[in-house]
Amino acid sequence: MAVDLTSEKTEAITGLLHGQPRSAGEWTWSGRELVAISWLAPLAFALGWETLCRFGGVNPQVMPAPSAVLATAWTLAADGTLFVHLGYSLVRAATGFVVGGGIGFGLGVLVGFSRLAEALLDRSIQMVRAIPFLALLPLVIVWFGVDEAGKIFLVSLGVLFPIYINTVLGIRQVDPKLMEVAKVTGLSLRGRITKIILPGAMPSILTGVRYALAVAWLALVIAETIATTKGVGFLAMDAREFLQTNVIVLTIVIYAAIGVLADSVARALERRLLAWHPNYAGEARR
Amino acid sequence: MSAAVTVRGLRRRYGERVVIEGLDLRIETGEFVAMLGESGCGKTTLLRALAGLDPVDGGRIDGPSQPAVVFQEHRLLPWAPLWQNVALGIETPQAREQAVAALREVGLAGREGDWPRNLSGGQAQRVALARALVREPRLLLLDEPFAALDALTRIRMHDLIEDLVARHRPGVLLVTHDVDEAIAIADRILVMRGGRIAASYDVDAETAAGPSALRAKLLGELGVVLHDRAA
Ligand SMILES: Nc1ncnc2c1ncn2[C@@H]1O[C@H](COP(=O)(O)OP(=O)(O)OP(=O)(O)O)[C@@H](O)[C@H]1O
Ligand SMILES: [Mg+2]
Repeated sequence: MAVDLTSEKTEAITGLLHGQPRSAGEWTWSGRELVAISWLAPLAFALGWETLCRFGGVNPQVMPAPSAVLATAWTLAADGTLFVHLGYSLVRAATGFVVGGGIGFGLGVLVGFSRLAEALLDRSIQMVRAIPFLALLPLVIVWFGVDEAGKIFLVSLGVLFPIYINTVLGIRQVDPKLMEVAKVTGLSLRGRITKIILPGAMPSILTGVRYALAVAWLALVIAETIATTKGVGFLAMDAREFLQTNVIVLTIVIYAAIGVLADSVARALERRLLAWHPNYAGEARR
Repeated sequence: MSAAVTVRGLRRRYGERVVIEGLDLRIETGEFVAMLGESGCGKTTLLRALAGLDPVDGGRIDGPSQPAVVFQEHRLLPWAPLWQNVALGIETPQAREQAVAALREVGLAGREGDWPRNLSGGQAQRVALARALVREPRLLLLDEPFAALDALTRIRMHDLIEDLVARHRPGVLLVTHDVDEAIAIADRILVMRGGRIAASYDVDAETAAGPSALRAKLLGELGVVLHDRAA
């Protein structure tokens, strides 16, 4: 999990996406039109897929049609099983995110502020981070059994590092010139932290949050392959046993949809907390 | 008159290089002092020592523990609306009112809720000025605060700052490279050279017969020789 999305890079990227001056003659689209256009390609893709399945002789056992997947979703939703599994997955992801994110943020603040804390903790944290967490899977089963705790542990572990690293980075990158302003205005220590350091570190922290959301989801997919009887992952494993490709595809679509949702939550958070930032101000919906 | 700040035998070095050596300086309350000096002669170093931002290696500074400073860049917090920038470090319940009043004084009435990024360079520098003045400092330190502004804005800033200083009466030390600026707004002009104050000119006395003589003298102090075109 290499997390090197520094705010500088994201700034450069958002700059590229938004900063292009329009040439005089170019047709300009309204925001709503652009949103509509952005849905054209996915729609065309689904249509093409459906056509291939119906008339192209694709074996539904290999690749079910979108309509078949929708029908499966409807059946599973109607008897409530879909929501039970979805609920389990979401609670696992959320709990893991809160636990791992909280610990990562706490450690990040500590190490960001104190060179002593850095000397004490950073090396150990970096060493744990170097472990590919899939490698921990067997150990996690031994430690926690196949209970919820193991799954939440895995998600927390995945979330912890991106938040930790970006919090430390954000705090360290706060402009020393602004810290001098704090000094000449006689700002208290509390004021320095709440008015200068945390807001200054916020873009970086939110980059960490966004990355962590993706990781949390990924960790969950893996964690839910451990023996379980609930969750979206179980649904997929179970379907595999019985070769129910339409359920497998449905779970993939659910994972994707929730991933997109989580990302838009993170973006909304950025727009709100970084309203002062030129890169986020009045950002059009993407 | 009471002194806003008194400096005696100040010494400041970076590693082996001594930048300030045996510097004496006294600024009265309500006195506007401008300081000229070649680039790299130690003006910023002196100012930072007076502001308590850097330690000193010898001598003593008697002055307020918390002078107000305006830097060359505005140094506003981009994430705080203007009034919060101005009120930074003021913990009284009236902080906001005071900040709004200070913003009005620098000609930014009604802009207290705006973000710093929506300001022009001159406006941002005026907010920095409001931030310095809102705490009614006894000593105001200005390090080339107008250097990045265009000529017209600069003249307006001169007017504004003269007006504000007349009203609040802090002792002022303005570091500048602009001889005309110094003559236009200062009561006294110092020239820094060799780590100390090398010359001091009383502006009113020197400009009794017009500013050009003082201007030539100051440029001479800075190593610029004007050739008399009439000759
Ligand atoms: N942090 C530092 N470390 C080492 N040397 C420094 C440091 N800051 C300044 N100096 C040196 O001290 C000397 C005085 O610097 P200072 O910034 O005070 O000059 P100045 O008079 O303000 O110049 P300018 O008019 O260009 O702003 C310079 O020779 C500079 O190289
Ligand atoms: Mg300087």
